[in-house]
Amino acid sequence: MTTRVFSSGIRRREDPRLITGRASYTDDIKLPGMVYAAILRSMYAHANIRSIDTSAAAGQPGVIAVYTGADTEGALNGLPCAWLIPNSDLKTPAHPAIAKDRVRYVGDAVAVVVAETRYQAEDALEHIVVEYEPLDAVLNPKDAAQDGAPQLHDDAPNNVAFTWAVAGGDADAAFADADVTVSDVITLPRLIANPMEPRSAIAQWVGATGELTLWNTSQNPHIARFLTCVVTGVPEHKIRVIAPEVGGGFGSKIPYYPDEAITAFCSMRLGVPVKWTETRSENYLATTQGRDHIEEVEMAATSDGKITGLRTTVYAGLGAYLSTAAPGVPTILHGLMYSGAYDIPNISGTIYGVFNNGTPVDAYRGAGRPEATTLIERLVDVLAAELGMDPVEVRRKNLIPKFENGHDVVTGLTYDSGDYGATLDTVLDAAGYSALREEQEQARGEGRLMGVGVSTYVEICGLGPSQVAGAVGFQGGLWESAIVRFHPTGKVNVMVGSSPHGQGEETTFAQIVAEEVGVGVDDVEIIHGDTDLTPMGWGTYGSRTTAVSGAAVTLATRKIKDKSKALAAHLLEAATEDIEYEDGRFFVRGSPDQHKTIQDIALMANVAWDMPEGMEPGLEASAFYDPPNFTYPFGAHLAVVEVDPATGQIDLQRYIAVDDCGVQINPMIVEGQVHGGVAQGVGPVLWEGVVYDESGQPLTGTMLDYALPRADGLPDIEVQSNTTPSPHHPLGVKGVGEAGTIASTPTVYNAVMDALRPLGITRIDMPLTPEKVWRAMQDARNGG
Amino acid sequence: MKLKVPVEITINGKSCSGEVEPRQLLVHFIRENAGLTGTKVGCDTSQCGTCTVVLDGSTAKACTVLTVQASGSSVTTIEGFADGANLHPLQEAFWNNHALQCGFCTPGMIIAADAILRNNPSPTREEIRQGLEGNICRCTGYQNIVRAVEQAAETMGGG
Ligand code: FES
Ligand code: FES
Repeated sequence: MTTRVFSSGIRRREDPRLITGRASYTDDIKLPGMVYAAILRSMYAHANIRSIDTSAAAGQPGVIAVYTGADTEGALNGLPCAWLIPNSDLKTPAHPAIAKDRVRYVGDAVAVVVAETRYQAEDALEHIVVEYEPLDAVLNPKDAAQDGAPQLHDDAPNNVAFTWAVAGGDADAAFADADVTVSDVITLPRLIANPMEPRSAIAQWVGATGELTLWNTSQNPHIARFLTCVVTGVPEHKIRVIAPEVGGGFGSKIPYYPDEAITAFCSMRLGVPVKWTETRSENYLATTQGRDHIEEVEMAATSDGKITGLRTTVYAGLGAYLSTAAPGVPTILHGLMYSGAYDIPNISGTIYGVFNNGTPVDAYRGAGRPEATTLIERLVDVLAAELGMDPVEVRRKNLIPKFENGHDVVTGLTYDSGDYGATLDTVLDAAGYSALREEQEQARGEGRLMGVGVSTYVEICGLGPSQVAGAVGFQGGLWESAIVRFHPTGKVNVMVGSSPHGQGEETTFAQIVAEEVGVGVDDVEIIHGDTDLTPMGWGTYGSRTTAVSGAAVTLATRKIKDKSKALAAHLLEAATEDIEYEDGRFFVRGSPDQHKTIQDIALMANVAWDMPEGMEPGLEASAFYDPPNFTYPFGAHLAVVEVDPATGQIDLQRYIAVDDCGVQINPMIVEGQVHGGVAQGVGPVLWEGVVYDESGQPLTGTMLDYALPRADGLPDIEVQSNTTPSPHHPLGVKGVGEAGTIASTPTVYNAVMDALRPLGITRIDMPLTPEKVWRAMQDARNGG
Repeated sequence: MKLKVPVEITINGKSCSGEVEPRQLLVHFIRENAGLTGTKVGCDTSQCGTCTVVLDGSTAKACTVLTVQASGSSVTTIEGFADGANLHPLQEAFWNNHALQCGFCTPGMIIAADAILRNNPSPTREEIRQGLEGNICRCTGYQNIVRAVEQAAETMGGG
């Protein structure tokens, strides 16, 4: 009897190497003869490069080479954008790995030094003389789209990279006929993903074989190989990308960066392995950031609180160049989610993707969905206030009723399954909602500013059907594959194309195999992150790894089971139809004593002494899983805050998360994802946000100035869950990586605004720092 | 050629010597010269705590100490925490409580947690949160780290 491990919170199999300091991240790898690269970055947000003099740098101790953009001419192609959204007049200006005659953000690469040690390479950077002609810069995405703003790219007039629209029903008519309309302007600050491991790359070019190996902090090594081929011209089958241990990514390790292309270029020039690792401050300049939305939004409703329409105009900052997946984030992953958990019959949105003189913006945990959920959930609260209704009542009136197999929303999506009312009920129960409102009443009587915020959410996850990927301009597929290989001793290797980096799939995938064929979890080893060892896969993002890659593991293991049945039938001299399976044993129906274990089968299949006619030896199967639809996890969160009326300090006192991510394979890991996600979504409400000065200099350039959530700033998060299986997934799984981030931003924002309501304050731009809150309170007290 | 200075540091009970530049940071000596890469570099402004080690009995951020300052000292890194195959109670507690995801902050967190428990064998949850204030984790939201420290306090006899 094996112990049941499916749906149980067994501790993670990846942890022993991590807690003992024995895991190997990219920067921990040292190759014989390896040298070090350091990149000189523009100090200007916008400037023409007049000249670059590298001669003094080249003479510094230990320096092996100095290269500028001119040296990469003909050797490196520009960086491609890989999400070419249709019907949007998308502009894709050139993005050279090293800027040649113009820099467009502080952090744009200008030159690279290769030296014997990292210290020497960094020293030599100071000896490169660059003569710049500074140009005006623009950062605010709405300002950047206006006539007369400084222009970043000649081929993108008014800095508009695309104009994309979403529409369903007749929003204008809904607004014309509405009993009541409300509006708001919501800004979501530019955010730094801040995985604790900075990005790093090691390139090793072997001229004799024409092979390039790239160790890279990547969430998607197969995409990195694909794009390395596009940029360096090395054929794909001669490139091996290895994502070793990766220390978090949160979206920022999806893109293909100039830095890995430059590192590869240096190794190809010099014929030795080259390592580049960013510093944290460099990460703040050169690693893609998230959000940066200005959202002008309005909602129409009947006088009893039924929502009849939603209209938006959104300016999404893209930074100076289009990063790998950038155009898809504020459009496909954002605009299509405008119905949220509600039946909103009329929706129209226009999204302008706008270049500005900042670090390129791409996916950051939640990617487009926190930006959508925040605007919907904020408007619901504003509407409730306008109507004098309880915000929960407005939500209840509009929630999509329970459905088990498909519900269409007007943006064109078909949600898979949902019971939104149930998660709302659960969170209200857990919080003691009516008691909280009474407590609030009393607090207000005492002059205390207590607030309660509620948010529901639905997210689009498990990306996604490849046909849809193609239709929305994603320049790749979104399926996953797995190979399950049984060895003669009954031990198992599973090779997967996706590449987890903290999400624990070495454990959850082993739990799947254990569940399907009855082996012990410790008999299963999951291999990932190396394009030479694993089959094709599109990577870990969009809460897709357990949903999509896990399905491939399931289907491959089921093929193993089918073959095992047939082999057991042969060995037990019975018909395959008469073989039953239970708990790792195959037996003839009615006589469980006559059985073969999965280990017996693995041995026989591998030695192949006695196989049925026509059956191939070996016990190995592969499966490719292309999901028939996205998955749509959902939930409801609630926060309680108190604002200090004297200082504006916000105390986040309680946070309750109720999520429904379908079937859970390892509830302990699910809960961990919720904790981390909530912390990342609370960050921008209370503390986080990139600040630039007028000239485009980042004022939040180090961890000293950019305030991340710390242990003493967060309460214990109370986590509960419901289970509504996905109807189209082989295990009923939906995905949970981004849920917490999507829900917590509007939840906490709504809570703070609820606290400030007695003062008549209705909006403050995030992050809600004590200073901003204090100022808003002062203004309100002084009569606005 | 920059001037180099001879140093000798005992790391996890083993003597490591070398000639280093006076400006070299201890964290780089540990990683590059001693080859112990469990100690991480997560920032360049002493904010993140991923480089935390035990230096002569108290915790230090190894990115704020020069190698030459540490010469003659004794350092314990995460690689020195387990007693052979026996995990340190904090390592065990981190594992049991899912107190890590990507693991990059974990070595520093365990060492910071150890310092909390050495000064205060039975800390309150609030005290644990305050004690971890100098270490950033981006994955866990800290909650399971706090749980792990509570559990370790119990098994280590405090609690
Ligand atoms: S590396 Fe961040 S504190 Fe030392
Ligand atoms: S576990 Fe990833 S940063 Fe803490």
